[in-house]
This record gives sequence, C-alpha cells and structure tokens, in this order.
Amino acid sequence: MKFVAVSSCPTGIAHTYMAAEALEQAGKAAGHEVHVETQGAAGSVRLEPDLITQADGVIYAADLDVQGKERFAGKPVLDVGVKKAVHDAPGVIAQAVAMVEAARAGAPAGAAPAGAAPAAAATRVAAAPPRKVGVGTQIRKYLMTGVSYMIPFVSAGGILIAIGFLLATLAWDTNGAIEVTKVVNGFDGGALVTWIGDGFSVTSLQSWAVLIFWIGKWSFSFLVPALSAYIAYGIADRPGIVPGFVGGYAAGLVGAGFLGGIVTGFLAGFLALWISRWKVPKGVRGVMPVVVIPVISVLVVGLVTALIIGPPMKAVNDGLTSWLNGLSGSNAVLLGVILGLMMCFDLGGPLNKVAYVFATAGLANATLSSDAPAKIMAAVMAAGMVPPLAAALATVVRPRLFTEGEREAGKSAWLLGLSFISEGAIPFAAADPLRLIPSFMAGGAVTGALSMAFGAGVLAPHGGFWVTPLVYQPFLFLLAILAGMVVSAALMIVFKGIGHGSDAEVAGEAELVTV
Amino acid sequence: MTALITADLVDVGIAGLDRDGVTRRLIDLLVAAGRVTDADGFQADVRAREAQMATGMPGGIGLPHARSDYVTVPSLAVGKLAQGVDWGAPDGPATLVFLIAAPASGDADHLKILAALARRLVHPEFRQSLLDAPDAAGVAEIITREVVPA
Repeated sequence: MKFVAVSSCPTGIAHTYMAAEALEQAGKAAGHEVHVETQGAAGSVRLEPDLITQADGVIYAADLDVQGKERFAGKPVLDVGVKKAVHDAPGVIAQAVAMVEAARAGAPAGAAPAGAAPAAAATRVAAAPPRKVGVGTQIRKYLMTGVSYMIPFVSAGGILIAIGFLLATLAWDTNGAIEVTKVVNGFDGGALVTWIGDGFSVTSLQSWAVLIFWIGKWSFSFLVPALSAYIAYGIADRPGIVPGFVGGYAAGLVGAGFLGGIVTGFLAGFLALWISRWKVPKGVRGVMPVVVIPVISVLVVGLVTALIIGPPMKAVNDGLTSWLNGLSGSNAVLLGVILGLMMCFDLGGPLNKVAYVFATAGLANATLSSDAPAKIMAAVMAAGMVPPLAAALATVVRPRLFTEGEREAGKSAWLLGLSFISEGAIPFAAADPLRLIPSFMAGGAVTGALSMAFGAGVLAPHGGFWVTPLVYQPFLFLLAILAGMVVSAALMIVFKGIGHGSDAEVAGEAELVTV
Repeated sequence: MTALITADLVDVGIAGLDRDGVTRRLIDLLVAAGRVTDADGFQADVRAREAQMATGMPGGIGLPHARSDYVTVPSLAVGKLAQGVDWGAPDGPATLVFLIAAPASGDADHLKILAALARRLVHPEFRQSLLDAPDAAGVAEIITREVVPA
C-alpha cells in the first residue's frame, strides 16, 4: 500500500524527524511505501499532490495541528501522536493497513465492523483508538492557533499607535497624545482622503504622527476578526476562515470584544466542520468549498452574532452604565476597584468599553485634574495599563512558562502597556483566559483602588505613560500602576504554574496510549 | 558552519548521576565550549520540554532537547552512562543520552542538520556504532561522518 503521513512535535527538532524516519523505515520493512511531510522547525517540504492522490491512507503522527488537512479530504486518516510513531512505527503501519482494509470493506469509519476478516482488522484499530486528547487541551490548541495568527496584528498595530503617540508628544507643544486622535477620523475613508489632500504635509511631524497612529488603528481593527478566523481555521481548517472572519468582524461591530470573537471563532469552526462533513451528491461536492459552506456558515454565524450575541451586549452596556452612574457618588476606592476589574476583564470588550466611556463622559464636567471625574479617568487609565505591563513582566520573570510567540508578544507589550493599549494583553488572555483574566482583574483592582485612594487625576482620555506630565499626583499614579502590575504578574506566574500540572496530565495520557 | 559536535562535547564515562544530573553534566560541556551562554536558563528550557513529554526513546536512548535563547550554535552533547537512567521510555532506562541544543531563532540550514541527526538516531546500527566507539573522539567522529543534511 501507499501512505502519506505528516509528523510534527512541540519543539520541531527531534521527534518530528525521528517519527518520519521510523515510519518510512517500518513501511519499507513491511513492504509499503510511506512518504512523510515533516512539519518541523527546519521548514517543511509539501507532499507532492500526486503522492497524495495515489495514497491509500493518511497517517498523522502530529502533536500540533496538521497544516493543510484539506489536501487529504476523502482519505482514511489514522491519527496517532508523534510519540507512538517514534516508539512503535511498525504498530502504526499495521494499524494504518488495517484502517485502509476496513475502509475498503465498506465499514464506515467509527462504526462497529461487520464480517469476519475486516472485523479482525478493524477491531485492532478500535483497540488502539487515536490519541485521546482532553477537551481542555483541545480547546487550548484551537485558542493557541487563533492567537498565534493574531499576535502580528497586535504588535504591528500597537507599536505603530504607540509610535504615533510618541511623535505626537514631540510634534505638539501640549496634549500631543490627545490632539493626534482628533485631526481626522482614519476609519472615515472620505474624510481621510480629503485630509491627505488638504491637511497632510510631508514636512509636518504632526501629519506623520496622525497617519502612523491611524495605520496602527487599521491593523488593530483586524485583531478580533483574525482571532475568530484562525480559531475557526484550527477547528475546521480552510472552510473555517471565512465564517470566522465575518463572525469576528460582526462581534466587533456589536461590541462583544475579543471574548465575543472567541465565541464566533468556535461557532464558525464547528459549523464549517459539520457542514463540510455532510454527505452530498457528487455534483454538489465540487461547489461545497466555494459556495455551499461559505454561504451557509457565514449566514448562520452572522445571524447568531447579530440576533443572539448582540442584544445582550447592549443590555450589559446600558445596565452597567446606569449602575456606575449610581455608584459615582459613593466610596471612591470601591469605585476604583470596580472600574479596575471592568477594565481588565475583557480588554477592549463590552465591560472595558463601559468603564472607559463612563470615565471619558465624565471628563466633560471636569476642569481641573484634581476634580472627581479626572480621578475616575486616572483610575481607568491606570488599570487599563496593567494587563499588558503585567504580561510583559511575567514573560521576563518566568520566560519558560510562555511560548516563544508569547515571549515575543511580551516584548512589545511593554510599549503597548505604557501607551494604555490594553489590547496588548489579548494574546495572553485569549490563549489562556481562565488563568489570566482573573490575574489581570486582580491587578487592575489594586491599581484602580490605589489610584483613587491617592487622588491621582488626569483630564486626558488616553496616552498612558506619555500623558503623565498632565497627571495630578503623577508619582502616585505611576506607583499605583506599578503595584497592580506586580500583583497581576505574580498571580499570572502562580496560575500558570498550576497549568503545568495539566501539561503533565496530557503527557501522562499520551504515555498510557503508548503502552 | 561550526561542527555539530566535537570530542570535548562527549563524556563516555558518566556514572552515579540521575536524569537531572546527567543533563546538567552535558549542559556544562556545552557551556565550557561556549555554545550555551547560561547553564541554569538552558536547563530550565530543557526541563520545560521534558515536562511536556518524556524524551526517552526505544533502544536505551535519552533525547533531552530544547530550542532556547541561551544557545548560540546548534550543538549536540553525548553521554554514555555506566548504569542505565530512567528517561521515561517504555522499554527501559537509557544508557546513551543525546542533548540537542538549538538556538531559538536558528535558520533552516542549521536546523536541517538536527533533523538529519534525529533521523539517524532511529537506526539501530547507528546507535550500536556509538555504543561501540571506544572514546569521545570516536563518538564525535562517527556523528560528524554519518549525520549529513539530506
């Protein structure tokens, strides 16, 4: 028989290639032809399409998501971990042969086999089922896929916005970080083009600051769509991308933030996966990937986002806003805690937006940076700076708790945090929400409370560290941020440490199956 | 390109150490050769990788490895153990330990030689020839000769 296989492993330098060699050798020994695509760190050479066409079966000896699964559509697939291929390649080949024979005998995959000879073969497949992966691990794998594609959007956008702020503080005499956002609305194409024609000047630092700021904003506007699209891609491969993108865009429109994007990503992914498995007549099969799957999945994801995810967002928005207004006269420190928690819960999502809008709306009534609304603004800004700074700190203090991508994201998170771009922490939060969001919220609460207790105040609605010259009690303001950052980073490290227990469980599971 | 391995990265007489001890011994060889900049940092990276999934291989092989910021050149350190040490392989303890150190951002050419090494390790006759090699220079020579990128 002929087989094609894909091997991969977390580090991509050892098991990937050992599995490939072991499968090729074991195949040769048993009289089969095996071609392996090594999706490892040394880059991978794609399998020739002809080889795939001729193959009787497919073997995934992969611990990472297989890239380009759609190439193997319609072929029987044996999914074992990379470890099993290294330790018992002849066993894997035997299983793959049995799988192909069972498929040829007409036994539908997974169904109880009937008939004597194929039954024996199929039972062996059933006796050693594909690697069991816990639901939690699987979900994390999908989230990680989404996050890894999203990170470049965050760093490109965040750093450009921060550079825009920096240039603006140089270009304007005062309040540069505020002025830069008021020149033109970069999301209004007509206004933008008019400004480029009339207002933009190549010799004006202000012009460059404005343009770079908006370019960063454009990159940022893909953050939630990309997260959603590539979570769906992790689940359903290519068919997931379109509904994932549209769902993520819609989640942003209805104000559901990145948590909404995670929901649309999973919805789009599983929907697309389900539709792509429909049994359809041959004539329709050709138009499934280009017409049927995209149309149905986009329609359903769009409807769900608009009708089911959207309305509660508005209710949450209105309810929280009036609740906050009711609180504003009461205990200032308590208000600081609540605003801090909200800012750090969804990092640009609905709760964060409510807290932020509540603060900025109050500014209209404030004239001095020691006024109550200015204090609320300071608490909100300080708390919003905590998550990216804490994430950056944690990646420096305990680098081995984070993936390589996260460590890279940690470097730019310093700048994003200093610029009050809370979204800089989304790559971390989205990959591991249950552990990290509480860490961020705790740090935000500390910072919000301290900022209020210190009486720090600011009239600027954004700018972060770059507007500290405008802050009333600037040193205490920075101290509040520092305290929250340290608390939050410490909790991240503690919670992530608990997480390493679950990695060991995953390893244990793989162990069991290997034996 | 710097050789993957030299005789001073081989220790043919490791005895009385546990899994961590053996790893540390090999890391110290890499540090002494200037191929790893921080022994503790690199050991933490190796341990993190090992925690994901034990790297014991069939045939008495331990294969600790990591891609790490502390590695300057793709390198291999080899230890032969007087007594077997459990490396998490189902078929028994390891007597031959390969520590692979890869830079975090190695280019593909560098990583290809590591891929070639991993492929060679699967072959029993390659492992046997290393076990039979009399000294450090012999081990290094066999690996340098046999491991060539495809």
